[in-house]
Amino acid sequence: MDLYNFTTLTHDIHVGLAKSFSPFLATTIEWVIVGVAYLTFVALFGLILVYVERKVCAAFQQRLGPMRVGKWGLLQTIADFIKLLMKELIMPRKADKFLYNIAPFIVIIASFLAISVLPFAPGLQSLDFDIGVFYLTAVSSVGVIGILLAGWSSNNKYSLIGAMRSGAQILSYELSVSLSLLTMVVFAGTMQFSAIVEGQRDAWFIFSGHLPAVIAFIIFLIAGTAETNRGPFDLAEAESELVAGFHTEYSGIKFALFFLSEYINLFIVSAVAATVFLGGWMPLHFGNFESFNHVMDFIPPVVWFFMKVMGVIFVIMWFKWTFPRLRVDQILTLEWKYLLPINLVNILLMALVVLTKFHF
Amino acid sequence: MSEIREVIINNDRLATDEYLVNMGPQHPSTHGVLRLLVRLEGEKVLNIQPHSGYIHSGIEKMCEAITYPQIIHLTDRMDYLSAHMNNEAVALCVENALQVEVPDRVKYIRTIMDELARLASHQLWWCVFGMDLGALTTFFYGLRDREHILDIFEETCGARMTVSYNTPGGLMFDIHPNFQKRVKDFIKYFRTKLPEYDKLLSGNVILKERTEGIGHLSLSDAIAYGVTGPSGRASGFSCDIRKHLPYSAYPFVKFNEILDLRCDTYARYEVRIKEMYESLNIIEQLIDNIPEGDYAVKMKGVLKLPEGEFYQRVETARGELGVFIVSDGKKNPYRVKFRSPGFSNLFALNKMTKGHKIADLVAIMSTLDLIIPDIDR
Amino acid sequence: MTNEELQSYLTGRFPEAELKLGAQYVEMTVTAENLHETALQLKGSEETAFDYVFCLTGVDYAENMGIIYHLESIKHRHSMVLKVRTADRVNPSIDTVSDVWITAKYHEREAYDLLGIHFNNHTDLRRLFLEDGWGFPLRKDYVDEIRIVER
Repeated sequence: MDLYNFTTLTHDIHVGLAKSFSPFLATTIEWVIVGVAYLTFVALFGLILVYVERKVCAAFQQRLGPMRVGKWGLLQTIADFIKLLMKELIMPRKADKFLYNIAPFIVIIASFLAISVLPFAPGLQSLDFDIGVFYLTAVSSVGVIGILLAGWSSNNKYSLIGAMRSGAQILSYELSVSLSLLTMVVFAGTMQFSAIVEGQRDAWFIFSGHLPAVIAFIIFLIAGTAETNRGPFDLAEAESELVAGFHTEYSGIKFALFFLSEYINLFIVSAVAATVFLGGWMPLHFGNFESFNHVMDFIPPVVWFFMKVMGVIFVIMWFKWTFPRLRVDQILTLEWKYLLPINLVNILLMALVVLTKFHF
Repeated sequence: MSEIREVIINNDRLATDEYLVNMGPQHPSTHGVLRLLVRLEGEKVLNIQPHSGYIHSGIEKMCEAITYPQIIHLTDRMDYLSAHMNNEAVALCVENALQVEVPDRVKYIRTIMDELARLASHQLWWCVFGMDLGALTTFFYGLRDREHILDIFEETCGARMTVSYNTPGGLMFDIHPNFQKRVKDFIKYFRTKLPEYDKLLSGNVILKERTEGIGHLSLSDAIAYGVTGPSGRASGFSCDIRKHLPYSAYPFVKFNEILDLRCDTYARYEVRIKEMYESLNIIEQLIDNIPEGDYAVKMKGVLKLPEGEFYQRVETARGELGVFIVSDGKKNPYRVKFRSPGFSNLFALNKMTKGHKIADLVAIMSTLDLIIPDIDR
Repeated sequence: MTNEELQSYLTGRFPEAELKLGAQYVEMTVTAENLHETALQLKGSEETAFDYVFCLTGVDYAENMGIIYHLESIKHRHSMVLKVRTADRVNPSIDTVSDVWITAKYHEREAYDLLGIHFNNHTDLRRLFLEDGWGFPLRKDYVDEIRIVER
């Protein structure tokens, strides 16, 4: 089955550049191309996700959402972004200038680092490490530093409390995220993302790994939502009665960066879920049904990938607009007393499944 | 190091600093202009001091300068979500003082309007309760359904919230010809929506975690602090004036007084949801049987109450409202006192929240259902 | 107990008080000195058991100030009115009943705020609605050129 492989395209570009320029210049130009591509993608997708959130939220609340700016409100996010860019940048007196300025950038950098290993289509992956999953979990922890710095440097009692709460929450749920990904690594036998996706050629892991994979998926969804400070776990930013979030003192473009990074993190969590559990860019195949598989292959892999990602994003948005908020001690109890033990037992279960080959 | 060990062994905890936090007059969760001074130790609430008076308008003083029918318009603005009940309280007090008997038609319409106002008030409470806890969607569902009731009010009384429909002697004007049909349509519609409210919040495990066992108010405390209404009934305090001292058309209807013995926030929530069902039952019993007749008794142009003191108690959506008129025979009252339910409910907040966390304070205050102009008058 | 039974019981129990059968409730007027003791007995005794104060009003009469307590018993479901007058109206003061009925603590603060009635032994007698230095608006002789328009 021939799915279009982007490696041909990238190879052609590389050869073309190498012919015209020196090797050093060619590599630099390639870096620039990749960087610009990612920046464009992140910016564009961030805007799209904000718009999608507003429309989905409106649908749940039985109203229409933005409708006036552009047809169906499509230009709403752009208008909001222009407004944010034009706002005055206020810095509190006695705030730690260096840390205050650098905090939003750290958060964005962490998102970029994580997004660079995700496979969008065969060959369309900028970094393909052997230890892809491990790298991803390591790098997503860098964002916490940005949050804590933002809270600390604002010189505001409540920002600090909010940042500490948020930091504690993210650090706790890192464990659950890593362990549920580890379960699937045990199943796949490799940490490399492209190999994980290849391994789902016959069936997605969530089907072939039956019970332990489903449990791992559910835990990953819960922990992923908590990682991004969203949904029922948004205590740090929505508990605005006493403790305003860690990004209270930020305005204008810096606030826009925090805001954007939240949606990009949402994308990353969904993309990882789609890649590791739902097959990434791999179309839906069922083992030996050749005709079915052939039909499924007509939809390009990129479209498959984005369909899955949008599906998971929709489910995460569904949580946010339906459930009440958890209190901070309940959030931590959920992680340490429930999710972690379930996760550990699940890994054992998956190991048993792999050893006894009790899977599809 | 050994000093710290000693502290831990002797005091059972490390000494931490207490700090004061101001939940200022403008705040998304205090439902009005109320200032709470909260003394916290870490996350735990030690003491709450309410500072009210930000919306004190001197209603009681104003009443001493106006005539009795004019008081009705001021009472709209006290507990604005139960405007009908407030108006009715003053109208009943004056009618009882003058020993005027209103026709049955008036009684039926007054009770139907009361129950509609109670439904609207509980709907608003429900939507704000969900929003305070983070389930932002409930805000839209509750308001969407409340619009139907407000449209009914607007058609008949001319105003959506500050209705001023009751007056001493009866009603200001007769009901609109569409009234009965619209109310019946609304009941049919709302009976399909109310189970949705239950499904969305009542069984939700997150909600239960956040409200069960929180904000305990024992029965003796409820009586001692005078906490009436659904907040008191959730502590087992049987205080429903509609049952104990019935007025208007309440003697003609069958309904249950919802009591709950669990005394916590979840009980207060459940009591209000069940009260909404009961209100629908009451309206259903009355709406088809409104007797024909006058919509008001002809009263004198200038009302003068005989000398003496007159007290009337009604059950608003928040609790027991008392109107106390001291009259010296003139056309203006000598002293009017409004015993507002919110006033007594508010000061039980400190007792209920001691030892809980900040997030619980929001949940508890939400279920107390305070309307600040009611407290401040 | 019905109002008549209540009246006869109270006449027997509190011989010094004035009792009247009003249109709605039994009205008992006591002196300022006996107020606290009467309140304790009204709450404590088994036959009356008045544990719920449903209204506490301060009134400004011409010569002095009065406080009117509306009491109800949850056990027996009967109600009555307890009235007391202060000695004068320039510096009115009365014993507090907040140790008998907790809710009175806050109603008395309101009466102090709006009428200037001082309550002896009140643990926290502060203004409730108005700022310090404001007069006492509900008094009949309260004058405020800016906020009150006299016709």
